[in-house]
Amino acid sequence: MRLPTIEARSLCKSFGPVRANHNISFSVNAGELLCLFGENGAGKSTLSACLTGLFPPDAGEILFKGEPLRMASAADAIRKGIGLVHQHFVLVPDFTVLENIVIGSEKGFNVQYVEAEKKLRRICDNYGIGIDPNAWVRDLSVGERQWAELLKALYFDADVLILDEPTATLDVENSKKLFRIIDKLKSDGVALILITHFLDEVMQSDRVAVLRQGELVGIRKTAETTPEELTRMMVGRDLEPIIRERTPVGPDRLVLENVTVIGVGQVPDLDNVSLTVRQGEIFGIAGVAGNGQNPLMEVIAGVRTLAKGRISLDGKDIGGLNARVIKDIGLGHIPDDRFVEGLVSEMSIEENLILGDQRGQFASKLFLDFPKMQRNAVQMIREFQISAPSGETKAGDLSGGNAQRVILAREMRLASKVLLANQPTRGLDVGVIEYIHSRLLEKRADGVAVLIASSELEDLLNLCDRIGVLFQGRLMGIVETEKTNLEEIGLLMAGKVKEDAA
Amino acid sequence: MSELLSPDILMSILIAAMGVATVILLAALGELVTERAGIWNMGVEGTMLTGCLIAYFTMVATGSPVIAALAAMAAGLAAGLLIGFMTVALRVDHFVTGLGFNLLASGLTLFWFRSYVGGSKPPSYSTIGKTPIPVLSDIPVIGPILFDQHLLTYAAILSVPFIGYFLRRTTLGLETRAAGENPQFLEAKGLSVSTRQYGALLFGSALTALGGAFLMLAFADQFRPDISGGRGWLAIVAVIAGNWRPVRTMIAVMVFAVLDSVAVHAQGLGVDIPYQFFLMLPYAASILLLVMIGSRSGQPAKLGVPFLKH
Ligand SMILES: Nc1ncnc2c1ncn2[C@@H]1O[C@H](COP(=O)(O)OP(=O)(O)OP(=O)(O)O)[C@@H](O)[C@H]1O
Ligand SMILES: [Mg+2]
Repeated sequence: MRLPTIEARSLCKSFGPVRANHNISFSVNAGELLCLFGENGAGKSTLSACLTGLFPPDAGEILFKGEPLRMASAADAIRKGIGLVHQHFVLVPDFTVLENIVIGSEKGFNVQYVEAEKKLRRICDNYGIGIDPNAWVRDLSVGERQWAELLKALYFDADVLILDEPTATLDVENSKKLFRIIDKLKSDGVALILITHFLDEVMQSDRVAVLRQGELVGIRKTAETTPEELTRMMVGRDLEPIIRERTPVGPDRLVLENVTVIGVGQVPDLDNVSLTVRQGEIFGIAGVAGNGQNPLMEVIAGVRTLAKGRISLDGKDIGGLNARVIKDIGLGHIPDDRFVEGLVSEMSIEENLILGDQRGQFASKLFLDFPKMQRNAVQMIREFQISAPSGETKAGDLSGGNAQRVILAREMRLASKVLLANQPTRGLDVGVIEYIHSRLLEKRADGVAVLIASSELEDLLNLCDRIGVLFQGRLMGIVETEKTNLEEIGLLMAGKVKEDAA
Repeated sequence: MSELLSPDILMSILIAAMGVATVILLAALGELVTERAGIWNMGVEGTMLTGCLIAYFTMVATGSPVIAALAAMAAGLAAGLLIGFMTVALRVDHFVTGLGFNLLASGLTLFWFRSYVGGSKPPSYSTIGKTPIPVLSDIPVIGPILFDQHLLTYAAILSVPFIGYFLRRTTLGLETRAAGENPQFLEAKGLSVSTRQYGALLFGSALTALGGAFLMLAFADQFRPDISGGRGWLAIVAVIAGNWRPVRTMIAVMVFAVLDSVAVHAQGLGVDIPYQFFLMLPYAASILLLVMIGSRSGQPAKLGVPFLKH
């Protein structure tokens, strides 16, 4: 019988009182794609960290090609042929892609750049990844960084490759491309472990291992299971579909007229964008990531400078106002990069939940109102089902999805008039996405103007009243959700102008 | 060697240590706040020296220690402003800025002092007296060490919990920490990172210069060009060894201060070991502390990284 490439036997890992992994046993064969599926905080990232030597497991063992595996460090794992693409990027922004990849791998004194570059280009060609090895990582978009991360793993001829939510930052096209690469890796005999919250991706795997609260609930052959069964295994109950009622739309709330934002190069980041979000309306922004979603949200929030045009809220001009002033009017902003602009990792959940509002209701004179902060944290942790030992847990110790919930909780509270949400449900498990959607609909019912950018077209179609499509910083058209379909939006996203202006 | 262990000398060492500790502690607390805001200020030694000189001039001119201390703090503010202009506004490397500032300060103070005294004997004054706390200072052993000290010594020790409270419990403290951990976040919330970093630098530098003034007024009756004697550097080390926490920083400061005081006594008593050995002790201890403690978990994530607003 053929030995599995990698096998975990009764792995356990705790962080203080939190049992992140408990008695987990499974194996992956060469040429097989195993999917890890589970709620936020179920222990998926921890498991992959244990398998790659980032954390020493508390108990249990790991077998690599039948041999017990002892890893002193993550570098050890890489050398042995176990690669990991992290959920949160671990690239050095001030290095080039190539430098990021060879760092720590070179044996001699001099870095063999020429050979390394050759090898890297060969891998790029082989797998069809179009990225310049000499590009600075800081200049790459979020999606491109994902490829750089993947290259880092591919560069070392991994026998085992673990991908932690790679598609959370990729759009549909690139996700498809990733799966083509995965297929190729499978045929090359690599054992793959994929972590994802998207059921359609889960269904493309060979087997699925479902985790719940640190324990392995079960392993299913994908061909013999259904998304419904997997979801039930994951949350331990059936999901109730939310009811989407139409709410009457009110007067114009957030109005953008010919808004332009300067970019780094010649092309503006936002080019003459005009749109109106009415009171009690959810307006969706579709588009391939990096086509102006960030600048759009940021210029409304007052973080980016408005070069031309007008932005008004309830008839009052807010263009060019300071971000804090705009926020105080009642604007919540969920940024797309959670650990950069959304959270302070070293601070506790309690503190993160009030940051930005620390001079408002959570302060008494110059002092922070700690009891109130604690009460707020308890309430938010319950409402948003943030899994954390307490409100004093550092945000940086939370699982990716739970960190996202902290941002959602804070910004949704702040948004009394406008809510800007850039990829709000990125990295959230299916169970909580439904909840977030119902909260967004509640916001709409309260008369808040909601602007959502998402790479999930299905979500946008489900949730939004109207959808605008961004392409290279320009608004290609605005469609009514009830009168459109995926194809029409897809064409607009590719830069085809809408002919019959609705 | 055994002379150092007699009870009287030990008491004397500890009493003097509290004075030295005041100097380093004031600077260390200032540096701690500055570093929590993300600025790695390496100019502590120069700022302290500047504080010494200005306090000296003012003391000689006015005879008032209070005015001298205030003048030194004003000079500290100026130093903080200059360092802030370099690191915050121009985003020059924090280390380069600090080292450059120290060179500038040691050169300028020397020059100014020399041209001030000319060839004559530098004027001197009498050092400031201690303020014993009634009743408490009569407690045996503890009394003379803790409660028969200068006003500023009490103030410095009391400010340890205050700084801790400020950082943890006040709005400005929260924002200051955010500037060191994730400035981009602060900026995204419309709160200026540079204002907070300037604020921390001004506060820290004024406190450091106050430490210098204290050194000048309580321990010397006239200025010497090397009077700060590396105590500014010890303050920086204390912050690191204290893992950026006020109480632990104070403990590190105490270790340095006791050793510093041992060195001074050894020199006075003429023990049979070369006193240079004792002079080296605080620095050897600082290296040892850094090696032993190792944990830098409290280090602000963006400490020393010039922040570029986009
Ligand atoms: N370094 C850490 N210190 C303390 N607790 C941690 C640490 N890393 C993870 N945890 C906790 O362990 C649990 C499992 O986290 P993990 O990151 O493995 O979840 P996950 O399944 O990857 O979730 P997500 O889908 O949200 O990414 C969580 O409760 C998390 O808070
Ligand atoms: Mg995870």
